[in-house]
Amino acid sequence: MLKLQSVREFKAFQVKRAEKEERLTTVILSSGTCGQAGGSLNIAEAFKKELKNRRLAKKIRLRITGCHGFCEQEPLLVIEPENIFYCRIKPKDVPEIVSGTLKQNKIIDRLLYSDPASKKKVAYERDIPFYKAQDRAVLGQNKLVDPCDINDYIAIGGYSALIKALTSMQPEEVIEEIKKSGLRGRGGGGFPTGMKWEFCRRAEGRPKYVVCNADEGDPGAYMDRSVLEGNPHAIIEGMLIGAYAIGAEHGYIYVRNEYPLAVEHSKIAIQQAEELGLIGENILGTDFSFDIKIARGGGAFICGESSALMASLAGLVGEPRPKDIHTTERGFMDLPTNLNNVETWANVPAIINNGASWFASKGTAASKGTKIFALTGKIRNTGLVEVPMGITLREIIYNIGGGGSNGKKIKAVQTGGPSGGCLPERLFHLPVDFEALTEAGSMVGSGGMVVMDEATCMVDVAKYFLKFLIDESCGKCVPCRIGLSRMLEIINDITEGKGTEEKLALLEDTAQTVALASLCALGKTAPNPVLSTIKYFRPEYEAHIEKKKCPAGVCRQLIHYSIDKTKCKSCGACFRACPHNAILVKAKIYNIIDENCQKCGICKEACKFQAVAVS
Amino acid sequence: MLKLNALLRDREGKSCELIEVLQDVQSAYNYLPEQVLRAVSAKLEVPLIEVFRVANFYKAFTLKPRGKHLLTVCMGTACHVRGAPKFLDEVLSQLNVSPGETTGDGEFTVETVNCLGACALGPIVVLDGKYYDHMTTGKLRNLIQAARKKSPKKRKKIKSNAQTTIC
Repeated sequence: MLKLQSVREFKAFQVKRAEKEERLTTVILSSGTCGQAGGSLNIAEAFKKELKNRRLAKKIRLRITGCHGFCEQEPLLVIEPENIFYCRIKPKDVPEIVSGTLKQNKIIDRLLYSDPASKKKVAYERDIPFYKAQDRAVLGQNKLVDPCDINDYIAIGGYSALIKALTSMQPEEVIEEIKKSGLRGRGGGGFPTGMKWEFCRRAEGRPKYVVCNADEGDPGAYMDRSVLEGNPHAIIEGMLIGAYAIGAEHGYIYVRNEYPLAVEHSKIAIQQAEELGLIGENILGTDFSFDIKIARGGGAFICGESSALMASLAGLVGEPRPKDIHTTERGFMDLPTNLNNVETWANVPAIINNGASWFASKGTAASKGTKIFALTGKIRNTGLVEVPMGITLREIIYNIGGGGSNGKKIKAVQTGGPSGGCLPERLFHLPVDFEALTEAGSMVGSGGMVVMDEATCMVDVAKYFLKFLIDESCGKCVPCRIGLSRMLEIINDITEGKGTEEKLALLEDTAQTVALASLCALGKTAPNPVLSTIKYFRPEYEAHIEKKKCPAGVCRQLIHYSIDKTKCKSCGACFRACPHNAILVKAKIYNIIDENCQKCGICKEACKFQAVAVS
Repeated sequence: MLKLNALLRDREGKSCELIEVLQDVQSAYNYLPEQVLRAVSAKLEVPLIEVFRVANFYKAFTLKPRGKHLLTVCMGTACHVRGAPKFLDEVLSQLNVSPGETTGDGEFTVETVNCLGACALGPIVVLDGKYYDHMTTGKLRNLIQAARKKSPKKRKKIKSNAQTTIC
């Protein structure tokens, strides 16, 4: 690739790229981590072979992209410009797609998406209810670019926001634009981005740093992975604009090593941007110089916290420090450092291109723009959804998510990861904005939404998060280190049928102390899952304590497996499956031996007649 | 030690490269051998105690050799509500190990991870770099038995060869 020396050269290059892209039939294959796990790489190989054999490789483009968001239907592809959508495809379907759809415009019925609500097949992506209700300002770009090819990003207008900032805006004007847009941090804190940039610009000390936080540690949230894997140049462009506004010289992308594809794609993206002269010294012949490096995280949840992340970046143990002096003044290497999350950076180019008022026209009074949520758990349409801030939980869960999976009734949604809380179905009218969810005892957080149904035990969920947080607490401050362990002891007792009302009161009291006295946000928000489940699901705690029962049938010490004689067909599947010799058969009558039963549930999985009962 | 020299090239005295170096050592040796950590300490000019502190703090690092097969069980929230703990307990009792440990015969290392970010496919396990989705206790038992019979396949995991540098 030739290094571009000036803005004019870049613009000419961009026009050429855009012309090249026009009206070529394109097969867009979703191939993020989910897609690859579903076998998308084999499908890509099959396509390459088929297109080559039929001498179509020059007429039809195969674009291997990041995740499109509809993870439940992976592996999936879209054929453009027709917008035909095929899902759950297998390599053996490829020849038929090429000969039928691509050559003869025939739609293959069995590969179409079937809408569970209307029971109808949907041929075009734009008509699928899951996509229809969304506003995919950030996520929608994933489909348009091959993340490993900078030309794609440039062809769709990529890096023109950087050009606009560099050529027609003063750094202060860029900051003002971001402030006016109302963009707030997408990583969980919700701090106004423009204000943060301004603090960092005003801070004394050189060099200054700009960091992208891609240490997405919240279990159940994966939008940052998807954006970094699928469209790394949007983040790089956002960082370049941020660096120009702040006056920063160096940048880092701090990314989880558990996301190998995101690490790989961001490396390639940085290298290509460097080769084209979009990163480095005197970018496009201007005075602006900036470099970006990648740092791989070591798998510590706490490193999502700004001061811990910066310690980790310096090769140290990821422990947070008190924030009386902000990291915008003294961050990485004690120098001014501006940290924003992946999704925040990815929003920046569009704000500069379209103007602050475009962004501010979406969302609520205090929470502007769109936000990506990871809709997971017991939901029909698992995936990534991008919606304007302020839409209700009900709209997301039912209209986009399609309601509960397996026809079970949805009981709650957990938002905000381990720092968030569980909200009951009766609060699904709440709008998703930073304030409303926090008031209800949860938070938007990084955007994880784990849907729970009647088979989910809320005490068990609280226990899960406590265990997670104990495991991930860095151990520096006492309230978090000791307090959480004491809380877990009480919750363990409750799930084992040894809880008392007094202990439950002590649990609430300890939780409040941990929230008040901990050093960083991990400890301060750690009690949220416990407090919110006690607040909204107290009867479940009481059932464990008073009746020694787990209503959802999850807590092992409180449940009992048995075989329902009226449903049992004596097929012996459970007997063969049980690894613990816990099933006794006498004269074709099957029974579970309680002493041997480990409550592993294998017999229940094996039984086709739902004859294994849990009580 | 040849591998190590390549890893440490251009990183002498750069203490802030410690985590990146340990990442590279982990992927080259599959664990952090003590001898290597001593060399890292000397080259990067980081006290050995600090090297061990960092190696212990981050989950990505292991101080003991891993088994022939690496089984990673995702314990993210989405996998949890879909039943991951049930089959984790089962696999641990079947192999008689705790998370992070290796079986006595050196065949399997079982690790847990807090989220693989592939929540739609949950519960999910990764065996030798290959993702297995929508797992159940029964399926996992079969998977382990099948792996026992076979010699380890080449890891399919996407590996990054290029070094990254900080400072």
